[in-house]
Amino acid sequence: MSFLRTVAVVMRKDLVVETRSMEVVYTSALFAVLCVLVFAFGFVQDGRADSAAAAAILWIAIAFAGTLALARVFDRERQNETLRAMLLAPVPRPALYVGKLAGVLTLLLVVEALVVPLVALWFQAALFRHAALMAGLILAGSTGYAAVGTLFAAMLARSRSRASLLPLLLYPITIPVIIAGVRGTAALLQPDADLPVARAWLMMLVSFDAVFITLSLWLFEPTMTE
Amino acid sequence: MKRLFPLLVVLCIAMFAYAPFLIVNAPYESTMGLVQKIFYFHVPAALTMFLSAFVASIAAAVFLFGRKPGADRIAVSAAELTVLFGLVVLITGPLWARKAWGVWWQWDARLTSTLVMWLVFQSYLLLRRYGGPGSDKLSAAVAVFGGALVPFVYWSVNMWRTVHPTTSVVPTLDASMRGPFYFCLLAFFLLYALLLAARTMLEAHRARLEALYLGLED
Repeated sequence: MSFLRTVAVVMRKDLVVETRSMEVVYTSALFAVLCVLVFAFGFVQDGRADSAAAAAILWIAIAFAGTLALARVFDRERQNETLRAMLLAPVPRPALYVGKLAGVLTLLLVVEALVVPLVALWFQAALFRHAALMAGLILAGSTGYAAVGTLFAAMLARSRSRASLLPLLLYPITIPVIIAGVRGTAALLQPDADLPVARAWLMMLVSFDAVFITLSLWLFEPTMTE
Repeated sequence: MKRLFPLLVVLCIAMFAYAPFLIVNAPYESTMGLVQKIFYFHVPAALTMFLSAFVASIAAAVFLFGRKPGADRIAVSAAELTVLFGLVVLITGPLWARKAWGVWWQWDARLTSTLVMWLVFQSYLLLRRYGGPGSDKLSAAVAVFGGALVPFVYWSVNMWRTVHPTTSVVPTLDASMRGPFYFCLLAFFLLYALLLAARTMLEAHRARLEALYLGLED
């Protein structure tokens, strides 16, 4: 099978499994909403939160919900030993990684499609004033996060203490993504949006993505071999 | 090597014993005065930490792609030393910052990213310890990512406006301060090399012992 076809098959498999149960989307979306709610209690004063808090809460919710989704997606592969089956298939290994990444990223974007309007609504944040730039930040940030997350969740799938170890590995490594996402979003949410700064952070995110995806593609083969 | 090791240990002890005299005799920095003396330990420790992170990630990459168990032993030793020297940096840094900037900690790019790198290697050690079978390859991937973060750490200070002195300070150092600084740097590098050698040797012995145990069981 060619590279692109493998990617499409793996991604399609994940999305079909998901549309039948809706488990990952449902649990991580609810978890993201609860994250926003819990953090809102910490930040809101006199019924209002400043725009920096809205940006921070949005990205924290994305990061936490992302961990949950990643853990669940790979738990599913482990339960039925399908991860082993996929690895035994005569297809290029990096294609499996890209397929899983595309699947995870799609699920994450569905969750974000719910959380972003909710944050805009609850915090009176002008998230849609510069919709294209905002979408770029979300997409680039989620890509970087999912790129690292897919690699480590796949590697940890066979480990005993994966539930506690995944966030411990994921958060320090993806902190550049979170910083750039929060700063970029905060620049957009200021009363008069700072577009050049937001664009600079977007470029930063894109370069992180490039580095992280390259490294992950490179590391997937040797780390998944038994 | 085995004969050289004790000699180098003695040399290293002598260098660290002599370093305070050099530091005392170095001139006072005009604005910070006495506090600036911490520089002679803070910066060498930081450079050693970065060196160690590079050693760990390169050794981890060699282990992953070359499948050499020896490289893994170097990687785990270097990762431990990254955390150790990082601890020195993260203790001396706030002590200096308290006097120079008036605060213990500043969320500036260099400080933050050094802390992040330290945490990455912390998670490497954690994974190594609690990850169960197969964690050696997993943690090697973490070390490779940790090494990839180092350039971001180093350049971030020049990219973002910060209070931390930029990386051009060391080459433009006053001649009278340069002597003690390079002496301390050499002492730290020597200490690092000795610790790395000793720790790698210990790991090699442990691997041999494990192999012997396995052989006994068969």
